[in-house]
Amino acid sequence: MKHQNEYRDAHLVEGVIADIRRKVTQPWVLMEICGGQTHAIMRYGLDQLLPPEIELVHGPGCPVCVTSLELIDKALTIAAQPGVIFTSYGDMLRVPGSGQDLFSIRASGGDVRVVYSPLDAIKIAEQNPDKEVVFFAIGFETTAPANVMSVLQAQSLKLTNYSILVSHVCVPPAMHAILSSPDNRVQAFLAAGHVCAVMGYWEYAPIANQYQVPIVVTGFEPLDIVHGIQMAVQQLEEGRVEVENAYPRTVTYEGNQPAQKVINQVFESCDRKWRGIGMIPESGWRLRPEFAAFDAETRFQVGYIQSAESPLCIAGQILQGIKKPYECTAFGGLCTPEHPLGATMVSSEGACAAYYKYSIIHL
Amino acid sequence: MCLGIPGKITDIYQINGLSMGKVDFDGVIREACLAYVPEAQVGDYTIIHVGFALNIISEQEANETLDLLRQIADFEAELGPDPKAIE
Repeated sequence: MKHQNEYRDAHLVEGVIADIRRKVTQPWVLMEICGGQTHAIMRYGLDQLLPPEIELVHGPGCPVCVTSLELIDKALTIAAQPGVIFTSYGDMLRVPGSGQDLFSIRASGGDVRVVYSPLDAIKIAEQNPDKEVVFFAIGFETTAPANVMSVLQAQSLKLTNYSILVSHVCVPPAMHAILSSPDNRVQAFLAAGHVCAVMGYWEYAPIANQYQVPIVVTGFEPLDIVHGIQMAVQQLEEGRVEVENAYPRTVTYEGNQPAQKVINQVFESCDRKWRGIGMIPESGWRLRPEFAAFDAETRFQVGYIQSAESPLCIAGQILQGIKKPYECTAFGGLCTPEHPLGATMVSSEGACAAYYKYSIIHL
Repeated sequence: MCLGIPGKITDIYQINGLSMGKVDFDGVIREACLAYVPEAQVGDYTIIHVGFALNIISEQEANETLDLLRQIADFEAELGPDPKAIE
């Protein structure tokens, strides 16, 4: 595919890595925010190709991983109700709540369906007027345009049987949380390319300035990732702190303004609990009061549900780049992709699952 | 989750007042919502995420980035292997 194959060119990847190797003079810790980038780094073994001075730590940018246990328990409670068709992106089905997951709800008779797009959930709602159709609206900024459009479509089609369970999270507040932690090790960020495709990168200059960390907007193909690393290392070595864009074919400074406008029309900012990390103020989005009719939390009265995490799991420290998966006593033994204890093992984009799948062994 | 796949827009039309289109991913054709890319034209490349076009890919920016990276790679090839790499 054009705009994909060119960025898998081994000669170019090797050349950019050689440039990094020649320029680096001291150890640097870089964090890629996005789980898609973590997955690509492991899949292509990019961390193994980099000079030993560069350490990549893996950020909290996997919405499946950071959706709070509480919200998953709410999803399970709603999905188990008769007369409900519960729709979700496929990634969420295996995520364990306090007891079950959506797959086991389906196995015990619940109508749980995987959709590719929230517009598919709208079609299901149109075709099943006697059922309540609920969509599990998880995601970062990248997924928000799709999720909010489903609400506007439901409104324009006058659907009264469609609602969304919102678990939206935003990247910049998570970066603040990581950088202001006393345990922070991150010296530069690779910002998440598709989040920035929607939001632009105007939000990041205050973060770069406040914490004196270079931030480079980075894409997802191997060449995109090493290019982002190369630009970040160059800034670090030169003592510069800037927000730069290594993914300009897709990302502009302003981002997608029609999408931002619709997000702001439907969503408002809210405090959000991140699985493994805890509450981060103003780190999420929820439906504005004028769209309350489409809010599944209100409609199904699940606001009371509260849940607690497994004490064994160190996902929170992994998501903040403080620990690596193999430093967890449960990794690969008690906790595997088949029997995940925590969030980062569940999704293929979670750092633990990526390490497990690509057999990153540290003796 | 934030995966976006590049594809080529081959058709643009309206459904329920929403701008939709056909997008070709190397021979696999899927429908996608084009509501957020009002500037889209048939033949443009776009990034699709959960059935929505996030942006139109800039050919000019793509070429400039690739030219720059080719220059870096060619320069490194001329320099030969880095001594640090063979240590």
